[in-house]
Amino acid sequence: MFRIITVYGGMLLEALGRTLLLALLGLFFACIIGLIFGILGVIKNRVCNVIAQIFVDVIRGVPMIVLAFFVYFGMPYFFNTIIGGFNVSLPALHAGTICLALNCGAYMAEIIRAGILSVDPGQMEAARSLGLSYSQAMRKVVLPQAIKTMIPTFINQFIITLKDTSILSVIGFPELVNTAKNVQANTFMSFQTWAIVGIMYLIVITVLSRSAKVVERRLNVGRE
Amino acid sequence: MAANKDITMINVEHLKKCFGSLEVLKDISTEVYKGEVVVVIGPSGSGKSTFLRCLNKLETVTDGKIVIDEKEITSKKVDINKVRENIGMVFQHFNLFNNMNIIDNLMLAPVMLGKCSKEEALKRAKDMLKKVGLADKEKSYPSQLSGGQKQRVAIARALCMNPDIMLFDEPTSALDPEMVGEVLAVMKELAAEGMTMVIVTHEMGFAREVADRVIFMDGGYIIEEGTPQEVLLNPKEARTIDFLNKVL
Repeated sequence: MFRIITVYGGMLLEALGRTLLLALLGLFFACIIGLIFGILGVIKNRVCNVIAQIFVDVIRGVPMIVLAFFVYFGMPYFFNTIIGGFNVSLPALHAGTICLALNCGAYMAEIIRAGILSVDPGQMEAARSLGLSYSQAMRKVVLPQAIKTMIPTFINQFIITLKDTSILSVIGFPELVNTAKNVQANTFMSFQTWAIVGIMYLIVITVLSRSAKVVERRLNVGRE
Repeated sequence: MAANKDITMINVEHLKKCFGSLEVLKDISTEVYKGEVVVVIGPSGSGKSTFLRCLNKLETVTDGKIVIDEKEITSKKVDINKVRENIGMVFQHFNLFNNMNIIDNLMLAPVMLGKCSKEEALKRAKDMLKKVGLADKEKSYPSQLSGGQKQRVAIARALCMNPDIMLFDEPTSALDPEMVGEVLAVMKELAAEGMTMVIVTHEMGFAREVADRVIFMDGGYIIEEGTPQEVLLNPKEARTIDFLNKVL
């Protein structure tokens, strides 16, 4: 165990850094995707609602490992071989970010949609009755209240996404799990290696969820 | 102050409203003059709240014509947000913005819609809070107020936009009995100042005292309308008599 830490510790920490980078990139784009599809899901327009629903259904209905293979291997093959004439190659980090963003984005869209729907419709009506436009009312009145109710589920989704980065080891991105596989292969100390990796995830996620709790408490000023 | 019959503020012609296959308003035509206080009564499900909500297009109108202050709001060309700036609305469940304190509730719309500068909006908000007797609640949040206080803030919020018309949708129905009086007092004051008001309520005493005209609705039609004396004390229609017997 001690040997793994001294010899491979730096390597594992670097891999953890890449895991966090991937998770942050994925989450960033997932928030944008989630906000767009979440709002498409609540506005009064059948076409938008259906588009949002299809997106969510498709992404939720496909395991992320399949999505990862599809984006990393399938898409370049589609452009280079099936259509032909292209020479696309997608770096694992890009492919991984796309997968996480799509996967997490679909769940975020549902969280945001549910959050907006949980706000009393009277709030929107009152804002509209004063002359505010739909988007003004959404921005100033509905979303701020929706976000408060969403925070616990958001944190949950962040944690899931952080852990989901491990699935992307299958497309060769050198995040924590992928790196740990190499450590195990070099040292044959599987018990120690995976225990260390598990503890690393545990520490990061505990720190994340604890600090999120603090944020949650701060945001609750003036709430019933 | 009596109504000025030369100026029509609201004109409704053959208004019809359906929710799917359910016809809630069948054929409503009426007028409201400047400074007039119109009280709408009727059994639940009669369409009175829907009627009120059509007047600022919180409900889309199925058929018919509504003209507010010479603007035909049922036409697609009219910017409904602009029209709504001139129509205050008070809801049964107050609908104060829970994410803001009271003063921000009052200032949001005037500032956001560029009605006036921030300083002017703040001054007007403070004046309106004083008017409804809640000057000391500026920094409170809606959840810290009683029902009666919330409703008075809601009235003040609507008044901050300096509207010509105020709509009240059962403003006292969600209040504890001892808080009804304070809200009605504010409304009486408004009526005395000459505000054009359309009020859906079950407060018959208030209707008798303040209304210039009472409209009795049932089944999506206006059954009877006239002065409080005519409708409340000497109703002609059987359905009006039946309703009043039940509530009085």
